[in-house]
Amino acid sequence: MKQHRLKRLYGVLFIVFCSALAFVLVYFAIRDNVNLFYSPSDLFESPPQGRNAIRAGGLVEIGSLRRSTDSLEIEFIITDLKKSIAVNYTGILPDLFKENAGVVATGYFDKNKMSLDAYQILAKHDENYVPKEVKKALEK
Amino acid sequence: MFQALKNFYHKLGSFPWFYKISGKVIPIVGFFSILLIVISSIWGLFFSPTDAVQGDVYRIIYFHVPAVSVSQVIYYSMSVAAAVFLIWRMKMAGVYIKSLAPIGAAFTFIGLLSGAIWGQPTWGTWWVWDARLTSTLVLFLFYLAIIGMQSTFASRKSADTAVSIITLVGVVNLPIVKKSVDWWNTLHQPASISISGESSISSEMLIPLLLSILGVYLFVFFTGLLFMRAEISSREQNKEWFKKLSSNN
Repeated sequence: MKQHRLKRLYGVLFIVFCSALAFVLVYFAIRDNVNLFYSPSDLFESPPQGRNAIRAGGLVEIGSLRRSTDSLEIEFIITDLKKSIAVNYTGILPDLFKENAGVVATGYFDKNKMSLDAYQILAKHDENYVPKEVKKALEK
Repeated sequence: MFQALKNFYHKLGSFPWFYKISGKVIPIVGFFSILLIVISSIWGLFFSPTDAVQGDVYRIIYFHVPAVSVSQVIYYSMSVAAAVFLIWRMKMAGVYIKSLAPIGAAFTFIGLLSGAIWGQPTWGTWWVWDARLTSTLVLFLFYLAIIGMQSTFASRKSADTAVSIITLVGVVNLPIVKKSVDWWNTLHQPASISISGESSISSEMLIPLLLSILGVYLFVFFTGLLFMRAEISSREQNKEWFKKLSSNN
């Protein structure tokens, strides 16, 4: 490669390097907030301080879902298969919300009871796509 | 072999050669891209099986995945062109970036929009500030910056240089878009299609998906050639070869 082109190639690499450095620095500044939610284990390890809303995510524990008979109030447990926290919520749930499926709950965390007073429930679906008929056949 | 490649590279930089060849290729590519998009859409919307968890709403995958996938590939190719422009001063690379940026922006927008429409019934929200969604929005903003920057310079050469630099700055964001779902907790799920391992989407759903991806890639090839020809005509309208060409027709 000719001398002047080699010099320009270094220029190109320098631009990419600087931009990568900028992204890394931004990441270090916000690293505690890059994760969308805390897992129950995170919450046990370092419970959030203050009264700000937080998000907790994991699986809805099998058999933990309790619905109120006369209101939209529900209770369930979020687990990461190591630790678990209790969640209560009043409102309409997304279609994909069910036991043993992923969930992200936003609300206020109570350190003493290790429970979350949620005001928003989001369902998290996994990357598996299986035809309905195949799944039915597998379950038989 | 190397010599042939080198010859091709030099030809690629020639506006008259590109103008002639692209005119022949465009109808063929256009035909197959539309054909594939129509086939895969009908297959995906009506004939592929219903998903066990999501039901029929998952069918938006046949628009969402091709759009976001191609939007990232376009950006990668644009940053290669940006490096080529800065190092070799190849004018064609500047034409490439200018022509492909609006196409990339359009497909990023389609990806974000179809994702929001998909997220509302499944996740329960149109938008969430997780790493995948936010980094895709950053990609969209880089496209807008590239498009906006085109018209802020008096000379074509300085515009192409500045745009190439901005393109290279944004390329660092692409691995973040791709790996965000693996590195951090996000609401968005990890990838379903894997090139090296086994895909986690069943083959009956995967085949129309791959066809739709191929169709959209060809469509970008088709529109990219069209836009590049238009850009070349506007830049070279006063050149001898172009005048000769238009007087012949």
